[in-house]
Amino acid sequence: MNQKQLERYAPWGLLILTIALWQIICSAFSVSEFIFPSPLRIWQQTVEFRDVIAAHAWRTFWVTMAGFGIAIVVGVLLGFVIGSSRLAYAAVYPLMTGFNALPKAAFVPILVVWFGIGVGPAILTAFLISFFPIMVNIATGLATLEPELEDVLRVLGAKRWDVLVKVGLPRSMPYFFGSLKVAITLAFVGTTVSEMTAANEGIGYLLISAGSAMQMGLAFAGLVVVGAMAMVMYELFSYIEKNTTAWAHRSSQN
Amino acid sequence: MTATADNFVDFQNVWLAYNDELLAKEHFAVEDINLQVKQGEFIAIVGPSGCGKSTFMKLTTGLKKPSRGEIFVDNQPVTGPLKISGMAFQAPSLLPWRTTLDNVLLPLEIVEPFRTQFKARKQEFEARAIKLLQTVGLDGYERKFPWELSGGMQQRASICRALIHEPKMLLLDEPFGALDAFTREELWCILRDLWTEQKFNVILVTHDLRESVFLADTVYVMSKSPGRFVVKRHIDLPRPRDLEVTYTPAFTDIVHELRSHIGAIRKS
Repeated sequence: MNQKQLERYAPWGLLILTIALWQIICSAFSVSEFIFPSPLRIWQQTVEFRDVIAAHAWRTFWVTMAGFGIAIVVGVLLGFVIGSSRLAYAAVYPLMTGFNALPKAAFVPILVVWFGIGVGPAILTAFLISFFPIMVNIATGLATLEPELEDVLRVLGAKRWDVLVKVGLPRSMPYFFGSLKVAITLAFVGTTVSEMTAANEGIGYLLISAGSAMQMGLAFAGLVVVGAMAMVMYELFSYIEKNTTAWAHRSSQN
Repeated sequence: MTATADNFVDFQNVWLAYNDELLAKEHFAVEDINLQVKQGEFIAIVGPSGCGKSTFMKLTTGLKKPSRGEIFVDNQPVTGPLKISGMAFQAPSLLPWRTTLDNVLLPLEIVEPFRTQFKARKQEFEARAIKLLQTVGLDGYERKFPWELSGGMQQRASICRALIHEPKMLLLDEPFGALDAFTREELWCILRDLWTEQKFNVILVTHDLRESVFLADTVYVMSKSPGRFVVKRHIDLPRPRDLEVTYTPAFTDIVHELRSHIGAIRKS
């Protein structure tokens, strides 16, 4: 096995090793499944409650994607505005940074008052937590233009719009796809956190209800499922990124 | 004042301060520039770094307006960006997501009248770009991306991009500054051949004296800030010039002479 293959299989190896170690420790010290369930127990519970988990997972998934979709639209638009105008950048950026510093979980009770228990707060929490990195990355991509290149184009009579479309937007694409990877995982966090207090469906709700019923295996199963969903989406966007903006990843290809 | 006939570029007592505050303090980036360049003339501007050479480029292309004085290009007063000019800089600044060919075509997507015709005449424009790339020795690299080319090749593509819309004036800001000595000399010859063939005006900003003497008809020496032209030196070496000329006494004498002017500026 050469170095490249080794690198490729290393995460799977580590995963298997961790699970094995976890199982061994749980069996050897006969840890109570109410405290810390073994992987085997989690697996059994996953299989046993597969329909319930699947229903909750599906809910969490589409709610997250809805919030994430809004985040892309809003993030790209805002990023475009503040990246293309210095005044807008100066005006919006400090406020946005302040907003980003707020814990998004703290919005959930407010959103419940406005939208009631259910889909509304979850979608909005996912959106609020994930639009920021998208906005910042689009803005950064647009704002970091080489002055020489701008001169070359301006002398030809290029308008701001030409420069943005021909140079700014393509340049910000790697930043954009990079931010999607980060944002999608954040969106799952937002949905789950919101569902824990403000929903009767979804993985977040499942975690809380399983926890209060002392069904730790089921709670862990919920965690594993939401983690797996986030990872699959991350890998998907990572794949899209590599295949649409190969020019930005040239060093890794050689 | 009006433009004097048969001068392609005409600077008449041009002063520039970067903003009103500096203007009020009479703090100028360039001072009292007078310059007359004939049609098809190749001029070089040399000087220590920070002497306002790049400011001069911005004035010539209309990207900056002079605080005082007037600039005429092609008998027209310069009022805004001058589309008859092409620019290339020390950094090739090619777009990494476009192939070399598409990079060279970029100006045609922006500048009129090509812009409106771009879709209809794309094949013709592509053929033109490929031909231009061939003349600088880049045939076979049209479909490669800039990051697959060496620094010298990228700079050649950058010069092609500056020339694709057949500008009357080519402005080069230390275009070969980042290249090794051999590549640099190779590109001197390429630029010489392009200019000999097409006879556009060239304004070459450089700090390489040998480069300026080898390529230019006239070399201007600029003083440190505020930038002024202190010496105008006509280079009377016969054309066509071969690289061999750079080893002749006549050539080195001129270089030495210019060098002593620069030295004098630095001391003062």
